Amino acid sequence: MIYLQLFLGFLKVGCFAFGGAYGAIPLIRDMVMSYGWLSDEMLTYMIAVSESTPGPVMVNLATYIGSNQAGFLGAVIATLAVVLPSFLIILLVTVFLKTALKNKYVQAILRGLKPCVIGIVLATGIHMVFTNCIGSIFAVEFNCNALIITVILIASMLGYKYFRKKKLSPILLIVISALAGVFVYGI
Amino acid sequence: MSILLDLFLTFAKIGLFTFGGGYAMIAMIENSCVEQKQWITHDEMMNITVIAESTPGPIAINCATFTGYKKAGFPGALTATFGIITPSFIVIYLISMFLDHFLEMTMIANAFKGIKIAVGILILDAAAAMIKKMQKKKLPGTILVCSCMIMLCVNLFAWNFSSISLMLMAAIVSLTIFILRGSPVRKGGEER
Repeated sequence: MIYLQLFLGFLKVGCFAFGGAYGAIPLIRDMVMSYGWLSDEMLTYMIAVSESTPGPVMVNLATYIGSNQAGFLGAVIATLAVVLPSFLIILLVTVFLKTALKNKYVQAILRGLKPCVIGIVLATGIHMVFTNCIGSIFAVEFNCNALIITVILIASMLGYKYFRKKKLSPILLIVISALAGVFVYGI
Repeated sequence: MSILLDLFLTFAKIGLFTFGGGYAMIAMIENSCVEQKQWITHDEMMNITVIAESTPGPIAINCATFTGYKKAGFPGALTATFGIITPSFIVIYLISMFLDHFLEMTMIANAFKGIKIAVGILILDAAAAMIKKMQKKKLPGTILVCSCMIMLCVNLFAWNFSSISLMLMAAIVSLTIFILRGSPVRKGGEER
């Protein structure tokens, strides 16, 4: 039953979404792939849409996938499921367990979780950039257009940082990439 | 205005005007809840930011739940949390109804081909930022490299292995090492 799958799937994501917005993306990707809910392509598009619309990326992805799979009710269920664990944990921590997070065993667990999340996010990023540019290493096929856009984007990030002394915002990078896509793929 | 309505509207406004979530929201929450409304103190805000780093879920949700609870107990926590997710829920729900039609237009499809590349770069960039903030020690470094290698293999060979299992393994390894060592990590004396 799709509602139950959405609920349990996103509850699990909500429980393990350490490391901010991007920490949850590999988890959601795992789940979406194993259920076959979205293509890799569509999920990547939605990550960009979630980044460019208000609200936390993880919640936005839950709303979209829920709605895509099971309409309005699906969207409601997925959104609530993904938020529920952090809601309950914060309540527990503020009401009962003020010192729980300082417990040395909890700290030891967190010390293991955090670098692991970073490793997973790093691997996801490397995998995405590589498959965009050269396809799979079993069937290397250089994608010239993608390579050109990758170079344009990295150059704009570095250039912006060099001249403006601050980081290019994700939304601006997405706008640049959209324009680059229209030009490079359009001609 | 009743406090619940006020909580809902304030957090709905925060939810509507912050893009990308995460740390962009903290400044906005600090501005409305600490400076304007004085619902929580600056120290409490710092505290919740630290807690948010050690608990799952978006930091914005954590802040909303905490502030709501402080002001009006459980109903407050519920209202504030609903407030912060409602605007993005409506926006994304509307987008989900039209996105497929948009993608049929060649120009939009091309734009998204470019956007797809930006997403990969953004994720890499997020990882780089997290590495920069991380403690540079042997154990976290080893866990990071191992998990990255394993996940790359999982992606490459399409193994059936979820990142959640990997996270549980990392947690167990770290806890075991801590217990075996018997004492807190000594400064500079990282030996396995």
